[in-house]
Amino acid sequence: MSAPAAAPSIPVTILTGYLGAGKTTLLNRILTEDHGKRYAVIVNEFGEIGIDNDLVIDTDEEVFEMNNGCICCTVRGDLIRVVENLAKRRGSFDAILVETTGVADPVPVAQTFFMDEEVRKLARLDAVVTLVDAKFFLDRLGDAPEAEDQVAFADVILLNKTDLVGPDELAEVEATLHQLNPYAKVYKTTRSAVDLDKILDRGAFDLDRVLELDPSFLDADEHDHDHVCGPDCDHDHRHHDHDHDHDHHHGHETHHDTEITSVSLRGGELNPDKILSWISEVTQTQGPDILRLKGILAFPDEPKRYVVQGIHMIVEGDLQRDWKPGEPRESRLVFIGRHLDKAALEAGFKAAAV
Amino acid sequence: MPEVTPLPLSGYVVDVRYVGGVPTFVTGDGAVALGTAGRVVRPHAGGILAATLAADGKSLVTGGDDGKVMRTTADGDSTLLAERGRKWIDVVAAGPGGAIAFASGRTVVAIDGSGKTHELERPRAALGLAFFPKGLRLAIAGYNGAGLWFPGTAAPVQELEWKGSHIAVTVSPDGASVVTSMQEMALHGWRLRDGQNMRMSGYPAKVKSMSWSVKGRYLATSGAGVSVLWPFFHKDGPMGQRPLELGGRQELVTRVACHPSEEIAALGYDDGMILLSRFADREEVLLARPNGSPVSALAWSGNGLELAFGCESGAAGLIDLTA
Repeated sequence: MSAPAAAPSIPVTILTGYLGAGKTTLLNRILTEDHGKRYAVIVNEFGEIGIDNDLVIDTDEEVFEMNNGCICCTVRGDLIRVVENLAKRRGSFDAILVETTGVADPVPVAQTFFMDEEVRKLARLDAVVTLVDAKFFLDRLGDAPEAEDQVAFADVILLNKTDLVGPDELAEVEATLHQLNPYAKVYKTTRSAVDLDKILDRGAFDLDRVLELDPSFLDADEHDHDHVCGPDCDHDHRHHDHDHDHDHHHGHETHHDTEITSVSLRGGELNPDKILSWISEVTQTQGPDILRLKGILAFPDEPKRYVVQGIHMIVEGDLQRDWKPGEPRESRLVFIGRHLDKAALEAGFKAAAV
Repeated sequence: MPEVTPLPLSGYVVDVRYVGGVPTFVTGDGAVALGTAGRVVRPHAGGILAATLAADGKSLVTGGDDGKVMRTTADGDSTLLAERGRKWIDVVAAGPGGAIAFASGRTVVAIDGSGKTHELERPRAALGLAFFPKGLRLAIAGYNGAGLWFPGTAAPVQELEWKGSHIAVTVSPDGASVVTSMQEMALHGWRLRDGQNMRMSGYPAKVKSMSWSVKGRYLATSGAGVSVLWPFFHKDGPMGQRPLELGGRQELVTRVACHPSEEIAALGYDDGMILLSRFADREEVLLARPNGSPVSALAWSGNGLELAFGCESGAAGLIDLTA
């Protein structure tokens, strides 16, 4: 697509999560705490935020289907409008936060930041942050399909209200989160108390960090579903080990019955034409089932890492930083979605090896 | 090159209009700068999102992020026209007989020349508004088409349907055609006498600026590396006709303004350059060199001898074409 404008793009955080998970508490903290950044906050339900701030913008959610023959290309028309208007006030804010209602699908929100050129010029998606209520999450999964999607789609998960559940219940929720999305960073919190710099302006969507994962973590779906912590997990290790052991007792009985799985692919250098046309083919044919796709690819004779990401049928990629001296030139690609055919994905990925 | 008088401003130039003959610049940070002496008024509590000129040319109508619609005259006096709580007012239009209209979300409000307010709730957000040149009739662009509304009457809204999101609308000066700009980077038009659809596509960007040439012969548009001008003087309008292309460059045309009396258009580009181009022979005159910031506003003085311009960076000025 076209080159971005010269002006630095404004980071956008999407805040999602089911009703009562603690979003309003977190929003109020972002608006009131002294963190040195001015946020333009886009909400759908103004009433919930009791703060008078001229950078809180109330919009009516308007999901538009793009008339381009792509069945999953939906965008939020109201967001395009608000972001274009915010462009006229550039300089009065540093970052944008979009709150979605509990029942909202986060996909059109995220796609808006890829599909609209004017929006892309101004803003870049930084991370999708999903709040999860430790006490009610497992119930929600049973009655609200959005809750499952919101977790599968996240870059960062705040597992909130952990004080309201016992250790067994918490471990079960954590295992389920990991099953739905092994690539998100998970922070356990009470009253949405998390350092804001852990969730804001993280560059999570840029992937430069998300895939810099501990290799054992990337292979997590080969093991028991016991790891919960994210790629740069902040928990101390003893605690981590404790969770680890604890989960073993519960084993598979904690598994949430879901169609969502993830597939992690690893290899060496890849033929750029082959891998990119394969990714394009996979997303065109299985787009509706693919929630997220993220990868870092190594191409022969290319000093830079190729970073790719996608939502449904939208795939974006570009060359980012150089491979560091001594860094293994390894290609990694992960898919999160429904009905993923792991064997077919592995075969397609391997066929692009040089 | 014609003489340029720079008038740098504090923020993104949302619009520029000649109000009672005075060049008046509107910026996103809330300033209305009147004339060349540096006089600034701030009719809104916050930023200004949209502006238009009243049909009599004597006042500017603005919508702001303070939820207000204000009228400002050339001497800087502002009056409140309407207030809608916390909603942003980002679409305004002015029509014959002193009528004005604005939209906020799904609500469209028209205030007729006698000051009476009429309100319409649309099924989806109203994204663009334009009055017909005569009577009190309003075209409303939105998702899946445009609606034509006679405020103050019980007549149902006439729906012009076309799938997709229509983000702006204009009505031809003869009132015969309604043209919308679409999220899908195309124009769509309807010929009202028979409902004939007109599809005008091929743009690499959304069309954010549309301007009718003198007597409505052409509709000049932004959104490509040339300004595409669709002919409306043929029996079947632009259908089956090759559009005129002016000012071809590598850069995107971001604003167009047709001259009030000649078949000439001023074209503003993504890099700040401004060109004048004549329809007949595509002769070009450079009016402003690139300054690195997209041209976001252009307006001709009533006599067509001066062009006012503004850019996203706040760069702005007047170009004297008599020099």
